[in-house]
Amino acid sequence: MRLAELVTQVLEIVAALVAAPIFLGWVNQCRAWLQNRRAPSIWLPYRNIRKLFHKDAVIAENASPLFRAAPYVVFGTMVVAAGIIPSMGTRLPLVAAADAIALVGLFATARVFVSLAAMDVGTAFGTLGARREMMVGFLAEPALLMVIFVASLISATTALPAISEHLATQTLGLYPSLAFSAIAFTLVLLAENARIPVDNPATHLELTMIHEAMLLEYSARHLALMEWGAALKLFNYACIGFALFVPWGVATGELGPLGLLVAIPALALKLALAGAGLAVIETVSAKMRVMRAPEFLASAFLFAVLGLLVHVMLGA
Amino acid sequence: MELLLLLGMPAAGAVTLGFLGARRYAPELNAVFGSGTFLAACALTARVIRHGNLLLGREQFFIDPFNVFLVTLTAFVGFTTSLFARPYMRVEMEHGRITAGRLRLYHSMYQLFTLTMLVALTTNNMGLLWVAMEAATLSTVLLVTLYRTAASLEAGWKYFILCGVGIAQALFGTILLYFAAEKVLGAEGVTALLWTHLDAVKTQLEPAVLALAFVFLLVGYGTKVGLAPLHNWLPDAHAEGPTPISAVLSGLLLNVALFAVLRFKSIMSANPAALAPGPLMVSLGLLSVVFASFMLYRRQDIKRLFAYSSIEHMGIIAFAFGMGGPVANFAALLHMTVHSLTKSAIFFTVGHAAQKAGSQLMDDIRGLITLSPTIGWGLMVGSLAILGMPPFGVFASEFLILTTAMKQQPWATPILVVALGVAFAAIFGRVQPMVFGETSARRLPHAPALLPVFTHLAIVLVLGLYVPPYLAQWYRAAAHLIGGR
Amino acid sequence: MAHTTFDLQLLNACAALLLLLSFAMLSQRRVVTLVNLLAVQGGLLAVATLLLAWRTGQHHLYFSAALTVALKAAFLPWLLHRLIRRLEVYWDTEPLLNISGTMLMGLLIVVFAFGLAQPITQLASTTTRSAIGIAVSVILLAFLMMITRRKAMSQVVGFLSMENGLFFGAMSATYGMPMVVELGVALDVLVAMLVLGVFFFQIREQFDSLDLHHLESLKEHD
Repeated sequence: MRLAELVTQVLEIVAALVAAPIFLGWVNQCRAWLQNRRAPSIWLPYRNIRKLFHKDAVIAENASPLFRAAPYVVFGTMVVAAGIIPSMGTRLPLVAAADAIALVGLFATARVFVSLAAMDVGTAFGTLGARREMMVGFLAEPALLMVIFVASLISATTALPAISEHLATQTLGLYPSLAFSAIAFTLVLLAENARIPVDNPATHLELTMIHEAMLLEYSARHLALMEWGAALKLFNYACIGFALFVPWGVATGELGPLGLLVAIPALALKLALAGAGLAVIETVSAKMRVMRAPEFLASAFLFAVLGLLVHVMLGA
Repeated sequence: MELLLLLGMPAAGAVTLGFLGARRYAPELNAVFGSGTFLAACALTARVIRHGNLLLGREQFFIDPFNVFLVTLTAFVGFTTSLFARPYMRVEMEHGRITAGRLRLYHSMYQLFTLTMLVALTTNNMGLLWVAMEAATLSTVLLVTLYRTAASLEAGWKYFILCGVGIAQALFGTILLYFAAEKVLGAEGVTALLWTHLDAVKTQLEPAVLALAFVFLLVGYGTKVGLAPLHNWLPDAHAEGPTPISAVLSGLLLNVALFAVLRFKSIMSANPAALAPGPLMVSLGLLSVVFASFMLYRRQDIKRLFAYSSIEHMGIIAFAFGMGGPVANFAALLHMTVHSLTKSAIFFTVGHAAQKAGSQLMDDIRGLITLSPTIGWGLMVGSLAILGMPPFGVFASEFLILTTAMKQQPWATPILVVALGVAFAAIFGRVQPMVFGETSARRLPHAPALLPVFTHLAIVLVLGLYVPPYLAQWYRAAAHLIGGR
Repeated sequence: MAHTTFDLQLLNACAALLLLLSFAMLSQRRVVTLVNLLAVQGGLLAVATLLLAWRTGQHHLYFSAALTVALKAAFLPWLLHRLIRRLEVYWDTEPLLNISGTMLMGLLIVVFAFGLAQPITQLASTTTRSAIGIAVSVILLAFLMMITRRKAMSQVVGFLSMENGLFFGAMSATYGMPMVVELGVALDVLVAMLVLGVFFFQIREQFDSLDLHHLESLKEHD
């Protein structure tokens, strides 16, 4: 059975690499439909990446090696993260390497590198974006950790696949703590992936932007990796959400081809729904002023802590 | 029967005066209902003396020596205050400070207030006690704002919110007590809030919950007693409301709230495993005494001055009850009686004096002795009495409290003595120029009611010299009920 | 926890929602929304009472639920809405503490409340005992709201919310107080609101505003 696990592991990473841009494309497509625009092709992110890989990289004169290394680090961490998150099966060889808390650490590493690289060249926009990114991060990370703690307390483990397995196999019931955590997680997801109430992924050169401001100095393959990394990040967050809140369908226990046969369509379905949901949220909400972002994330933190407290108090 | 009369009288009064309160003879009617209540209280007392404790109305009402003495006191002061209010409110009306409609409100609410206090005192159900206490607050809120001035509205709002929050905490305490009692008395829940049943099982109640309940109850009802840090509403409500209301707030409501605390204390102190309630009350009491006596300085408003004096005396009483034991409890009960009588007498004279001077500011009140010797002497004698001069009753009770404190809490005695000294200097220094000195005041269209003032002071004087044996017997029985620790 | 029955889960969900509502009230600046939240809180309380009545078979709880709906979910909010319209107080723009700070303090208060409720929770024999901590939190959060708000209307909403918390506490610790007490309490609350209505108009008449700023002249050093 070791072989099956290995296969699942490889399959998960490959699926993440392949599906992440499609997922992004799907979200954009849904948004376009909701806004009565003609939808761009679902493959558009792919074409972008391919196009970028074929271009020559231009790098600022005063850029340090860190600037060049950052895209590879970011992309690498996201791929590793994709390997840890149980999107299809819960018995994965890589699981022993990192638990959910380390996963948060991985995301933090990526964030630090992106921010450092943005400040490296010394342009105004880069520094601005980096500062904002750190502000968002320092508020979002505790909230994410709290969400993970709630799930860990329920399942008595911090390993994400084990949490997922526990939640998938227990009897159905109302869990107010998980409901609160899910709300908190959604808010964190929006903030961390530069989605609409906090940041707008579709615009450039706006004084309120966060994520895009940091990528302004990148071009060609570096930019491609950064964007692919960002898509992977969104995909990863979605999969964490599935693992914690809608774990059904994931192949638990001993792996077999049958499990995967259920898991892959289930994942596709969940992704489709999540993408549509994300598009709806982005369409109905208005972009906040940057100064309001802390309040937004504070409410995420509040929900997460409330979930934790409710769990401790009610045991549910 | 007597109880029905006792509660029926003010209830009928509230309804009747609600219709007729604006008539010319309404103040007399108010006094008549007050006297009726007082007579009913006397009859009830006589019955308790003859037959001992009474349990009435499906166990919802319970009369024992402790509350019957407070019932009598309440009915008596309620009655004399209505006598005082007769000329006082007429003068207020002629000065244009209140309208006929508001006079009706005043009369009706006054009776309702008496009713709620009597229910609070006589009920056996700790939940009903809460309801009555809340109702007492509600019935007086609109009386505090009777003049509709900015200051009175603020005082009323403070009174409402602070006492509302306090009373909510008391409700929580009551719930906790019910919770503890229900475990022992069974889940039907009908008897678990009845004091007589609680008293019977008081040693079996869960100590941890009991302690928590008591803290909430002490803070909750303590707010109404006006114990210091929770006293904020008291000076404002006293100063801005009409004087008869100041008199009954100080003389009666504070007592009733303290009574509620003591009911719970006696349950608490019988349980050796529970937190001892004594030290809590001792420290709150001492804090109030010290705080209030220093606040007495720099007062400008005469009613505010005596309001702080009430806080001080409530502190002394709480301190004494906190020490516990037969002597301290006896002294505290005596102090409750004499304070209530003296303080209401003082407010009566203050009311008339302020009307004569046309101001509540002490600097504007001068030379009462030349203008109206009786009011001047009344204020002077009353102040001396409240300051603990012999031979008045306050001296006797304070002396007893101090000597007990020397034995039981020696560290607290110097603090108490200093605080009392400070209070003496502060009040005497202000009252002296008001009574003597040059006059500037006018004559009033209605003769002041001086009978209540001197009756009260005479009783206080008598109590200082000689406590009648049946009264002493009562006090001892009540002191025994309240218990130690 | 996996073995709890569905109705208990529903009760727990009600408790959690009550807690959430308390925080929502704490963060809400619009007075009208505040009153709506209060109405929802009353409704939830009634649902919880109903569930408990059904679960324990105690008939007086049905009555209590009906009372709660009538008074706390319908009448009092209606009265407050009326007052708001008549007095034209819609916003409580200047809380004494900013929203995030209040929230953080609220979280600390919940932790404290949980500690406070611990001894009671351990002793309680009711199946709903775990909700006691939530009830205490609701009470203390309402208290916090009363402290941090300036407008009289928000303070009153805080007061009523505190009352709701007390009821919820009584219910989860002991399946409710005796009927006579509950009726008395309800009556008091009702009268309190009517008195307040009168009172508000008096304040309004005097100051032309319901801002408690004006009510700060009576200082200790007058």
